[in-house]
Amino acid sequence: MSFLEISGLKKHYGPVAALAGVDLSVASGSRTAIVGPSGCGKTTLLRLIAGFEAPDQGHIALDGEVLANGGVAVPAHRRGIGVVAQDGALFPHLTISDNIGFGMGRNEDKRAERIVELAYIVGLDKAILKRRPHELSGGQQQRVALARAMAMKPRLMLLDEPFSALDTGLRASMRKAVAELLEAAGITTILVTHDQAEALSFAAQVAVMRDGKFSQVGTPRDLYLKPKDRMIAEFLGDAIILPAKISDGFASSSLGRIAVDTMERRDVARIMLRPEQIALKRTSREGMSGTSDMPFGEVTESEFAGSTCTIAVRLLNNSDPPDAAAIGNTPLILRKSGMDAPAVGEIVRLTVSGKAHVFA
Amino acid sequence: MAPWLITAAISVSLLALVPLAFIIWIAVQTGWDTVSALVFRPRVGELLVNTTLLVLLAVPIAIILSVALAWLTERSNLPGARLWAWLCVAPLAIPAFVHSYAWITMVPGLHGLWAGVLVSVIAYFPFLYLPISAALRRLDPALEDAAAALGLGPWRVFWRVVLPQLRLAICGGSLLVGLHLLAEYGLYVFIRFDTFTTAIVDQFQSTFNGPAANMLAGVLVTCCFVLLGLEVLVRGEERYARVGSGAARYQQRANLGRATIPSLLLLLVTTLLALGVPFVTIGRWLAAGGTDVWRFDEIGLALGQTLFLALAGALLATVAAMPMAWISIRAPGPLQRLLEGCNYIVGSLPGVVIALALVTITVRIALPLYQTLFTILVAYALMFLPRALVSLRASIAQAPVELERAASSLGRRPLNALWSTTIRLSAPGAAAGMALVALGIMNELTATQMLAPNGTRTLAMAFWSYSGEIDYASAAPYAFIMVAMSLPLTWLLYVQSKRMAGR
Repeated sequence: MSFLEISGLKKHYGPVAALAGVDLSVASGSRTAIVGPSGCGKTTLLRLIAGFEAPDQGHIALDGEVLANGGVAVPAHRRGIGVVAQDGALFPHLTISDNIGFGMGRNEDKRAERIVELAYIVGLDKAILKRRPHELSGGQQQRVALARAMAMKPRLMLLDEPFSALDTGLRASMRKAVAELLEAAGITTILVTHDQAEALSFAAQVAVMRDGKFSQVGTPRDLYLKPKDRMIAEFLGDAIILPAKISDGFASSSLGRIAVDTMERRDVARIMLRPEQIALKRTSREGMSGTSDMPFGEVTESEFAGSTCTIAVRLLNNSDPPDAAAIGNTPLILRKSGMDAPAVGEIVRLTVSGKAHVFA
Repeated sequence: MAPWLITAAISVSLLALVPLAFIIWIAVQTGWDTVSALVFRPRVGELLVNTTLLVLLAVPIAIILSVALAWLTERSNLPGARLWAWLCVAPLAIPAFVHSYAWITMVPGLHGLWAGVLVSVIAYFPFLYLPISAALRRLDPALEDAAAALGLGPWRVFWRVVLPQLRLAICGGSLLVGLHLLAEYGLYVFIRFDTFTTAIVDQFQSTFNGPAANMLAGVLVTCCFVLLGLEVLVRGEERYARVGSGAARYQQRANLGRATIPSLLLLLVTTLLALGVPFVTIGRWLAAGGTDVWRFDEIGLALGQTLFLALAGALLATVAAMPMAWISIRAPGPLQRLLEGCNYIVGSLPGVVIALALVTITVRIALPLYQTLFTILVAYALMFLPRALVSLRASIAQAPVELERAASSLGRRPLNALWSTTIRLSAPGAAAGMALVALGIMNELTATQMLAPNGTRTLAMAFWSYSGEIDYASAAPYAFIMVAMSLPLTWLLYVQSKRMAGR
């Protein structure tokens, strides 16, 4: 059964609709990520759930308790929902220890012990408890903010781009640590981010948001491999989109005959492949002859970037797809391992693994 | 370029230390026996009690009033918040002694400590209101959200998160108000409340520069240092800036609901007391005096002299502050902090002390300079150096050093590069600083009376002599002109405080 239930949520700022009707249900103890470009309304949604603002319309219920209904809303301090903001929002006038203990009563039982314990759980050294927020690094500040939010044993934890201020290496490890931590504590979590890789790796349920609405909600795998439209596909990662003719579970396109995830029959369709589905094999111009219905290409650009190498491949034996004119012979952009990547001018054979996704 | 700038900055700072050195020198020269006889006597004790009580009562009341007003105008949905915000700054346009004049002619029996507290709070609360409202505007609303998410209701959020972060603003504003209370003369003469400053001027008028006046000045300077020290102690080593990066979210305004009417009433009463009383009084006396009080030849002369002194003094103060400001931004270090500290300490000395020092020094060492234009301008520059410095420093900080370097790399000589980039870009800030210094000089009374060349009659002096003769109607045009000329400058102050908060 769902723990957090949101229906028909709307919020306007003047003439601008920040939220234009959002529905979401989150299972108890699960992790959900809301991902979207900046300005799509995801932070507004989080603020409404936290209770910092009241919705214009719609309904929010947590564990059966109505938090907001129309304009009537329970204020934030009576919701028991933890929030970790983008930059931590630590109180600059308090020590780390007082920051973590802020939500506890001043004379609460074992206050000091609990602060030390929380610091330990989030991986902070005991020595920094006496310091001030500005003496900490960005990653440490985020940990303090997390410990502070966990101190009040929240029913729901909201993370508002908590990792975006961290550098790349720290971000991944911090994300993993936080996910494990919240899982162990059994706290239902919602993460808001504009980083699609973060959303896909963090959560069991991902909601893609655009213009104040969810355009698709599902598991990370579903969203990545079966996006509803081109924009979602490209937002979640690199995508190769080709015109194709579909019948009997196969598509015929400029890449030849490819298995697709539908049995319907369509003359004009668009299929999507993730670049990692395409493997390249070196060959020569002579190797091309005699093999019909097998795609070959010429490497036109190769950009080395350390671990990866971005390669542009122009298809050679283009077998005239249905609306080729509209697309032209644009090269395919593939990201390959930097080791042993083909050089400009080389001829490669392309093979597709897995099924292509057909856009509705 | 750096050496001559540093030399200039050091000379200005040394010059700024002259009044302080004077006090010490006089004390040493007078000898301990005379000093203790002059300092440890009932009259001084009485003055000390008066001054202490005044500060202890007026400052906390001003703090509470200013925090309430700042919160209402900045963080609540009070109708007409912007207008009220300006009305809370506008009392600064009225010189303190004009406030006092307004009250004494409206309530003739007003005198003593409580009268002093009332008029002081009214005249000086904007010095607290300005920094507090600026700090409130700058506060990161994410902190308040975080506190609410941690289970704190609105009142507790205010006490535990908002108020602690206003500490720096409250400390700075309180210091400014306290120093003004110590330095003000005219305000307390009207309501017959004796402070050190009034006593020093009395002594000076009866015995010229006798040791009694000098020793009173010594005690007054000690009081100033006590205030400065207290402020440093209370302020502590806190850091209240935003910890995170990125732009802060726009703040939400609290819904006042049923508290709207009482809140409006508070602002209305404050405005009536701080602006209504002076304006009504001035208007009444102007009406009573009719056209006879507008003696244009006399007024024109006073206006001309005042404007000349104000502009010349402002120019001198700004030029003197320039090297210091440049060093404090471009080459900060221990030397710069020391020099700057000197300037601020002297800026916090009451005008009467600086004037007394310059009178004694010119009379004893350089008699030809006594009561000359030069001496009065130096006094103004010393008194208002910090005002010029603050504005200049803020605007130089906004002119990136890269531009100066770019100009150098494009072949400009150092001075030319400085002129064509940093000085050009900081011109608006320098102009604002000059305007504020001019405002201070225009409404200055004590030092001007003691130092100005014979025959000088500024607006403030003319106002003072007429009201001293109880010719309130003849004084009214001068009060009116001072207020009318100061109003645009307080608007500037208001806009500047908004800009410093990033809006």
